[in-house]
Amino acid sequence: MQEVIWHGRGGQGVVVAAQILAESAYLQGFKGVTSAPTFGPERRGAPLTASTRIANEPIRMFSQIERADIAVVLDASLLEVVDILASLKEGGLIIINTQLKADEVEIGGCYGIAAVDAVAIALKHRLIKEGAPIVNTPLLGAFARAGDLVSLEYIEKGLRWKLSGGAATANILALNAAFEETTIKNKS
Amino acid sequence: MEKKDDNITAMCRPAVGEAGKTGDWRDMRPVIDQSKCISAIKNRAACLLCWLYCPDGVVIPTVPVGIDLEYCKGCGICAEECPAKAITMVNEGG
Amino acid sequence: MSNVQIMTGNQAAAIGVKLSNVQVISAYPITPQTSLTEAISQFVEGGELKAEYIRVESEHSVLAVCISASAVGARVFTSTSSHGLLYMHEQLHWAAGSRLPIVMCCVNRGVGAPWSIFNDQQDSVAQRDTGWIQIYCRNNQEIIDTLIQAYRIAEAVYVPVMVCYDGFVLSHTMMPVEVPDADLVKDFLPPYKPHMILSPEDPRNINPVIFPWRRQDPEGVLRDGYMELRYKLQKATEGARDIIVATNRAYTEVFGRDHGGMLWTYRADDAEVILTAMGSLASEATVAADMLREREIKAGVVGIRVFRPFPKEEVREVFGNRCAIFVFEKDISYGYEGALCSDLKAAFYGTGSRAPIHNYIVGLGGRDVKARELAEATLSSLEAIASGTTEPETTWLNCDTYLPGSEVRGQGLGDRRQEEKCRINYSRSIKKNICCRGTGPARGVASP
Repeated sequence: MQEVIWHGRGGQGVVVAAQILAESAYLQGFKGVTSAPTFGPERRGAPLTASTRIANEPIRMFSQIERADIAVVLDASLLEVVDILASLKEGGLIIINTQLKADEVEIGGCYGIAAVDAVAIALKHRLIKEGAPIVNTPLLGAFARAGDLVSLEYIEKGLRWKLSGGAATANILALNAAFEETTIKNKS
Repeated sequence: MEKKDDNITAMCRPAVGEAGKTGDWRDMRPVIDQSKCISAIKNRAACLLCWLYCPDGVVIPTVPVGIDLEYCKGCGICAEECPAKAITMVNEGG
Repeated sequence: MSNVQIMTGNQAAAIGVKLSNVQVISAYPITPQTSLTEAISQFVEGGELKAEYIRVESEHSVLAVCISASAVGARVFTSTSSHGLLYMHEQLHWAAGSRLPIVMCCVNRGVGAPWSIFNDQQDSVAQRDTGWIQIYCRNNQEIIDTLIQAYRIAEAVYVPVMVCYDGFVLSHTMMPVEVPDADLVKDFLPPYKPHMILSPEDPRNINPVIFPWRRQDPEGVLRDGYMELRYKLQKATEGARDIIVATNRAYTEVFGRDHGGMLWTYRADDAEVILTAMGSLASEATVAADMLREREIKAGVVGIRVFRPFPKEEVREVFGNRCAIFVFEKDISYGYEGALCSDLKAAFYGTGSRAPIHNYIVGLGGRDVKARELAEATLSSLEAIASGTTEPETTWLNCDTYLPGSEVRGQGLGDRRQEEKCRINYSRSIKKNICCRGTGPARGVASP
């Protein structure tokens, strides 16, 4: 079983990203997928998490993720607020929305790092909602590239499941751009 | 298939005398003075507030108005409500 | 053709309601049930479900509406959580006493004071004596399937059914769910035939004041007294056992999924140690059993699916000749122990079972409990039992049980790191003094 934890702020589409990943993984053939929001009230701007579990067999475990295999960080400022590494396995992968390249990201410890400038990609593709760039789609692209778990093809399918018409087109362009632009270091 | 039991909840249908002949619960009996009763005076079904107010449905809305004393409990509501003061409550004993 | 969709427990329940062709719905929103009633109201508004959705001002009125609608012959659904269920308490008795086959979802949530919107099972367990059948689901597939079964059970025995599932843990967690075929459901679930219908053509007074004794009515029929009616409700609820088992069997034949009748087992055949629980916790326990097996402890799980009627015979059969029994539950009967544990012990009375039974109170108010922790608790209990403990005291798992003035710092202190994390996550919500009751479910912005 692979466990993915999504760190973001209320309004960034963390829960939706976790759902799309679960859907994509299921479409790709994983029989066991779950996605869950942080249980409880959700507030715009507040740090929150969502999670996706992916396995070959149906999932019987519904407790919160203790140590994820992959952490996706939608907002790099969270690194200073939340102890993101505490819920990531040693040697796990962290995927960050940042202007830096993976080589330039310093987080200490022994982790794989993937970096993508999700804000720039969102703005370039005019993915803006309520005045803020939509960063979850580009991060799904980075996930497809760095995660070695769910392919770009199936994440595209997952996106189409969640979105309709014109929205899907722009998001898929952004998804592909992020897939291309993602930089990676230290990956085991 | 087992036999269906129709009697699995408490219920009752509207019926006369659910609690037996309640006329013997009465201390005082309503007596109608037909010379004051509006229905009797007009010689047609009129007013009938006694019939409307009777909680036991024992007022018979005929002309002249009757009362089913087998079931009248003697509560006196008809006497209280009668606008013509045609009904008097009279001691059963006397 | 299979139709699998990824959905939350609340969505699964809503689709189950739609497939069951429910005619009247009344519900009042409360976290974490809200998204269920929202989905149903959309089905009704969009014409996908031909039903009346009746809005009222409180849960007490909700169930009063359901009772009335059921009494005139409609198939009825409602759902609630926590305080909503407790507010219904009086009407729960009325629904069962009137022998109306209402089906309700209880999306399990802790009970105040203090306020909690998070999951435990105190709400429905506290209502176990109201005359409702209670079924606890362990995943979202079981929710949709159990709802359909619930109508067939309720309408066969004329006893209302509460379908219980864990708030947030299932209600807001998405997972693959196969949606049953609507035509097959229609065949499986024939239209509701009331045991009597309140109608102007045949006027009657339902539930008049009833005397302690039996009595002839004016039609000459000898009518039951209060005790006879209570006895019939008890017998019907007990007898529901056979219907529940048969319904599950029939469902398995048609739809190919067997969730267990009264209970289910996991790796229990050769198990020396049994972990037992209700709902999603029992599913989590199956992972703990796997972990224990890796450490060469023959562990298995019994999931109690139906709490009322209590599966006494099944429990006696399946728990017989075990070395130790661990009861994990998300409720507490104050002043005694977990309610499930008491019921299990009572079922063993007279069987000669001498297996130590260790009761763990876990997960109250949403305190996370992991398979690893269930396995570790089992291991530490087994050590205590090995060193001579025959009657272990009830343990509160992942709970700091230190009481000022007491000598001992308590057992089962939780994972500190997790506590730290919680502190970060929740300190802000305390600062903002959010209003909890009726707060909507966690909503992601519907982007990207």
